[in-house]
Amino acid sequence: MQSCLIVDDSSVVRKVARRILEDMDMVIDEAEDGQEAFEKCQAEMPDVILLDWNMPVMSGLEFLKRLRAYDGGQKPKVVFCTTENDVGHIAMAMKAGANEYIMKPFDREIVESKFQEVGLS
Amino acid sequence: MNEHEMKLISDFALKQSGIVLNESKAYLIESRLGSIAEKHRFNSIAALARGLATASMDLQRDVIDALTTNETFFFRDKTPFNLFEEVILPTLISTRPPGSRIRIWCAATSTGQEPYSLAMLVLKHKHLLAGRSVDILATDISASALERAREGLYSQFEVQRGLPVQMLMEHFVQEGSNWRISRQVRDMVRFSELNLMTPFPQVGVQDVVYCRNVLIYFNNESKRKVLDGLAAVTKPDGYLVLGAAETMIGHTEKFMRADGQRGLYQPAPRESALRLRA
Repeated sequence: MQSCLIVDDSSVVRKVARRILEDMDMVIDEAEDGQEAFEKCQAEMPDVILLDWNMPVMSGLEFLKRLRAYDGGQKPKVVFCTTENDVGHIAMAMKAGANEYIMKPFDREIVESKFQEVGLS
Repeated sequence: MNEHEMKLISDFALKQSGIVLNESKAYLIESRLGSIAEKHRFNSIAALARGLATASMDLQRDVIDALTTNETFFFRDKTPFNLFEEVILPTLISTRPPGSRIRIWCAATSTGQEPYSLAMLVLKHKHLLAGRSVDILATDISASALERAREGLYSQFEVQRGLPVQMLMEHFVQEGSNWRISRQVRDMVRFSELNLMTPFPQVGVQDVVYCRNVLIYFNNESKRKVLDGLAAVTKPDGYLVLGAAETMIGHTEKFMRADGQRGLYQPAPRESALRLRA
């Protein structure tokens, strides 16, 4: 089974995403901000990370930059999942090393489609 | 709506579009024709059904529009597009001389995602074309679906179903919360209204035909009629792509499975030979 770390400061979003991803047979872990996510990745790299942008303590973008610079941090596929829905933010995310981008609000089909896009389904 | 009125509508749909509506589709008719009845000032769907026989072209078109299913998305089902990149396009490039025109027909294009997906793949591989041009014809029975296709404006939900974000960034322009296909991609596709139930020699001979997820709505007679028509316009070494749930078996012998690939067909040799002699 593949592992997914859901990083979002909203417990509702984490819960919805968890339901969808568990139905896709993924093992789920959660983090509330970029700092907590980074510590979890240092302990064990997941296969994929579903990542919010705006979070307290450490933003999704900052987390992604740190992750990609960290030894072994190239491995996880990173799918942004955010309300930052403009071209500029998408370009920034891709430049920082994101593999896919989900614009909120999302539904099951979009998550499945994007995970399939990065080779996880 | 009683049984007789239901039959009036299903007979009309079958005759005009080939779509089979049995009793299990009563809910679909009720839900889709309510606004049409109101627009054309019928006091009920039953009254609309009774008026169909003498209906204006406008009303007939609206009813067909409402009864057709326009569900689609970019790169739907993936496999037909992988086949295009890995089998169809490389084969056509190797067998068509430089300077020739490769012709692709999307026969049930709905709101345009399929032809635009193919156009994006053509652009991705344009360095391989070596002077060959690609013409994409996209047709559908639904005028309103074609209007949306020509407009090329898609919602945030629509561009996230099947479309990789890199392609979104490369080929779309954001307009508020919607995304418009680029002029470059839009200009690669010609849209035209076409009913597969009427003869369609006007589309001309094609190198590739995509006719996906439309035969599933037809009865066996209509399936055979459409497949025979497609055989007549597909080049002997051309390709036909059907939907994952569709098959030739029992409907025609004019096509055979290509390369052992599910959903990918080529004209059967005998059919090709007969036509070449003609």
